[in-house]
Amino acid sequence: MNNISERLKHDWFILANLVSKDFKLKYRRSILGVLWSVLNPFLMMVVLALVFSFIFRGDDASQPFPVYLILGTTLFNLMAVSTTAGANSIIEAAPLIKKIRINKLIFPLEKVLFELVNFALSLIAVAVVLIYFQVAPTLNLLFLPLLLLYVVIFSVGLSLLLSALAVFFRDIIYLWSVVITAWTYATPLFWPINALPEWLAAVMKFNPMYQFVTYFRSITMCGVPPKISDLLTATASGTPYVAIWQTPSLKANLICVGMALITLVVGFLVFKATQRRFILYV
Amino acid sequence: MSEGIEPQAAVVVEDVSMVFNIANEQLNSLKEYMLKLVKRELFFKEFCALKNISLQVEKGDVFGIVGVNGSGKSTLLKIVAGVLEPTRGSCTVRGTIAPLIELGAGFDLELTARENIFLNGSLLGYSRLYIKEHFDEIVEFADLWEFLELPMKNYSSGMIARIAFAIATVIVPDVLIVDETLAVGDMFFQEKCEARINTLIQEYGTTVLFVSHDINQVERICERAVWIEKGHQQMLGTVDEVCEAYRMREKGAL
Repeated sequence: MNNISERLKHDWFILANLVSKDFKLKYRRSILGVLWSVLNPFLMMVVLALVFSFIFRGDDASQPFPVYLILGTTLFNLMAVSTTAGANSIIEAAPLIKKIRINKLIFPLEKVLFELVNFALSLIAVAVVLIYFQVAPTLNLLFLPLLLLYVVIFSVGLSLLLSALAVFFRDIIYLWSVVITAWTYATPLFWPINALPEWLAAVMKFNPMYQFVTYFRSITMCGVPPKISDLLTATASGTPYVAIWQTPSLKANLICVGMALITLVVGFLVFKATQRRFILYV
Repeated sequence: MSEGIEPQAAVVVEDVSMVFNIANEQLNSLKEYMLKLVKRELFFKEFCALKNISLQVEKGDVFGIVGVNGSGKSTLLKIVAGVLEPTRGSCTVRGTIAPLIELGAGFDLELTARENIFLNGSLLGYSRLYIKEHFDEIVEFADLWEFLELPMKNYSSGMIARIAFAIATVIVPDVLIVDETLAVGDMFFQEKCEARINTLIQEYGTTVLFVSHDINQVERICERAVWIEKGHQQMLGTVDEVCEAYRMREKGAL
């Protein structure tokens, strides 16, 4: 037992070292450095908000639109970037795997944790947008760590699966970038869910990213009135308005946990079953 | 602790075989793989890198492995180091192991030497505290105080080798694996390396696995040796016996 905890402690130390290495390398020789982790999602949001404000007219559920947008894209980005990096992680670590005895789980895990750090920084941009649009924080924000846990588990699961498969078939890496693009448009990041016909909206429930993104919007925009006009009529008539974003229910949590865990288990099993042969193929 | 192994054996290799599947063609794409699978053209050629190798290295022994290039020496070392898993058989190592097979694993040349010492140290299995405590010792041995904050891409290959060796041997391992790669750095540093290895052997009783195709070097340093020929264990015995037989064969071959 002692041995296992010792080994875990050591794996953690390696992880921390690799994450800090990636972080140092990412912004070396850039003037703004770490600030880019904040600026990037912010600028992306501005571009997208400009583009999509003209194409789609946001409706009740997606007001204020820039908030709706930045919440969706930053969270989706966490999954997209970490799984893309994760898919490459074992091939990239080939020199290490060939030379030293090391727990190979570390590499995909490291990529996801590194992106989690970047995500934490991009939350600053999210906060700025929230303040600008005067979306007041509520206690619901306390759900955020829970949500991040779900998304990290989900991304780790995918990364494990992809990195293991990519060792044997490099196609996976190219394929995955296409999947991510398709997934980006298939998830209501830029458009509201009620733009879909009913049957498609039902199918959408099986999209884990839809569940996570909705969760994120719920806890952040909870209690935001749908429309100023609705708010005015509501106060005038004395009846409370119906908020669209509500505290995530137990059911929503269970769905998120379930999707994350199933992905993790599948990824882990595939990784475990194949990791012995990595060294022969990388 | 499995039975039947003498308690003082540091490395036990039991009936180890290593088989590589060599695909007739390199198949790295899904399409090719599926096509071949459907056409039933998916053949693999088996290549046996090691066949039924059994040996035991006692604690404190200096053990040599000889053989020509491509005979499977490095494969055996990788199995002992735990990098490769043998196809059949088992390999047990008692205690900590410091493989000097590939020095500087995981160095990132964009990082400074200071950062790399921590990174490489962690990959070799040291704790943060241990690296901190021995940091000065490492830099002292590599003699790189002036360049500590410089990205390692600006280092010469000799300097990189020096720092890598210093990190790898700052620990007192129970088993040390020395490959031929030590022929780096200048004369002065090579002597320093040999002196360090000798200290480990004499003062700490470290078990050493030594690989070389330079038969004279093996004879000078080792006590016992094994001769591997095309994956077969040709001979196992004292260094004099093995080296003599190996020389005979070389003469015969020439």
